[in-house]
Amino acid sequence: MDRLLKILRELHPEVDFETEEHLIDGMILDSYDIVALITEIQDEFDVTIDARKILPQNFNSAKALYALIQEMEGI
Amino acid sequence: MLFTTYEFMGFFLILLIIYYSIPSGCQWLLLLIGSYWFYYKADPRYILYLAVITSLTYLGARIIERNQMLQKKYLEKLGAELGNEEKKKYRKKQEQIRRFWFVSFLAATLGILAIAKYTNFLIQNINHVLDFLGRTEQISLIDLLLPLGISFYTFQAVGYLIDVYWENISAEHNFLRYALFVSFFPQLIQGPISRFGDLSQTLGKKHRLHWENIRDGMGRMLWGYFKKMVVADRIAPAVHLMTGNPDLYQGGYILVLMVLYTVELYADFTGGIDITIGIAQTFGIEIKENFRCPYFSTSLREYWRRWHISMCTWFKDYVFYPISASSIMQKLYKKAKKRVGAKAGKRLPIHLSSFVVWLATGIWHGASWNFVVWGLLNWIVLTVSEELEPMYRRFHLCVKFTDKWGYKLFQIVRTFLLICVLNLFDCYEAVATTLRMLGSVIIGGNWNIWNNGGLMELGLGMSDFCVLLIGVLLMIGVSFVQQKGSVREKLAGRSYPVQVAVWFGLFLTVILWGKYGIGYDASQFIYNRF
Repeated sequence: MDRLLKILRELHPEVDFETEEHLIDGMILDSYDIVALITEIQDEFDVTIDARKILPQNFNSAKALYALIQEMEGI
Repeated sequence: MLFTTYEFMGFFLILLIIYYSIPSGCQWLLLLIGSYWFYYKADPRYILYLAVITSLTYLGARIIERNQMLQKKYLEKLGAELGNEEKKKYRKKQEQIRRFWFVSFLAATLGILAIAKYTNFLIQNINHVLDFLGRTEQISLIDLLLPLGISFYTFQAVGYLIDVYWENISAEHNFLRYALFVSFFPQLIQGPISRFGDLSQTLGKKHRLHWENIRDGMGRMLWGYFKKMVVADRIAPAVHLMTGNPDLYQGGYILVLMVLYTVELYADFTGGIDITIGIAQTFGIEIKENFRCPYFSTSLREYWRRWHISMCTWFKDYVFYPISASSIMQKLYKKAKKRVGAKAGKRLPIHLSSFVVWLATGIWHGASWNFVVWGLLNWIVLTVSEELEPMYRRFHLCVKFTDKWGYKLFQIVRTFLLICVLNLFDCYEAVATTLRMLGSVIIGGNWNIWNNGGLMELGLGMSDFCVLLIGVLLMIGVSFVQQKGSVREKLAGRSYPVQVAVWFGLFLTVILWGKYGIGYDASQFIYNRF
């Protein structure tokens, strides 16, 4: 989780990612951030997040995103 | 037999009566028969395209799903005995098989659309190149049949195939039920482009006769007919006259044309969709909205969130995200990040993905360069405004009036005028003509058409302009009310005489002011040609 939080903080240092649960709905992350995130996650965790997983519920919080990474790691 | 004919009204009413008279378990089958009959009456040959596209996507989805099930069963059975590496290897192999089937069926389905719609466009361009190279030989154009609404139902079927491949939905096993999803007649020729997950549920349900559905559905249809027959069809001859004679109608006429065409397009397309949603509602079937008061948008970006929503979300979900999340774009992001930093670097893949989407959107609208240019101009305006966003934000912080209604009105009018200019590329097939016409706005004269009777030479009399003004004011008024909720629900809360007076008034207006005449059929809905 710490590694993910580091990636997220590099994108938006002003956001408290440990508590924020509306990253997409609250328009904190935009499409630019999503591409950057997917790439950084792939490098850091060696998992591929493809288009089918780009859903608001997977990107709304660090917790949801981490759950997605774990799901992809299990595949 | 299409929406604005008496034949269609007869077909619709008979189908509706039978629908509520037969056992509710057979209703979906009746709709399927009705849908194919509707399309058959447009042209019997169209049926072949519809049936082939339905069969291809049905078969593709079933094969892909079968592989997904086999993989699941295999891993359930032998998962415990396999190591992680073996499991990964097995999954990768199965994924490759599925991708092969997916790409094959996708290519076959889109190939049909491409051949029907773009073959002659390709030949024309090859001929241009041959001409440019000084070669005398030319390839003859092929007399191909372009079925009505093929882009709409192909995209709907392709969306289903992708969703099954992505495991967002399960494949439909009943071929006939799936055939109804692709062919459901109210939306067959001009959308909206529905998702299987949304439409199949409501299509397959048993529907009892509810008076509210009939009342609200027919009310919505009536409002659609008003927009189409009183407003859009009244404007159409003037637009045809001006676009058909570009040497005659320039300068001031182009301003009139841009505004008239933009109003016509709105009344025509949203009217058609009102009729579609209304028809579906009378059968108890719910179709998602395709517009949210688009001309109240304060920017082009907002406009594209409000206009033709089903097409925009289709391109976003099935084209934009797959491209922007692709390995090529990720590599590009890394390279750009190294060179220009993370902040600027992350913008490049998005702008490029967006470029592809707008190019595809333009080509989807029609097989000619004017649509390609139209799509790319949209992309340029959106990209530039996106890049200037920080500047806008600073401006909005500096000045005090940006939250005032006057400024919002300015933004709405500015966006409307921008849309008017972009729409002009839809009017003339040759891009050079459009540019010449735009130039004529500055140097082309005809500035006194407002007071020298020039406006009356467009085939529209004073009474037509008065009807148009009333129609436009009514559409603006209804849009205002719509922003706060359903107009029909608000009306249903009024006393019975008021309801009767409003609906009867609207009915009389369509009868008395509606444009009837030679060969009015749904092929004259502007969006049918897409």
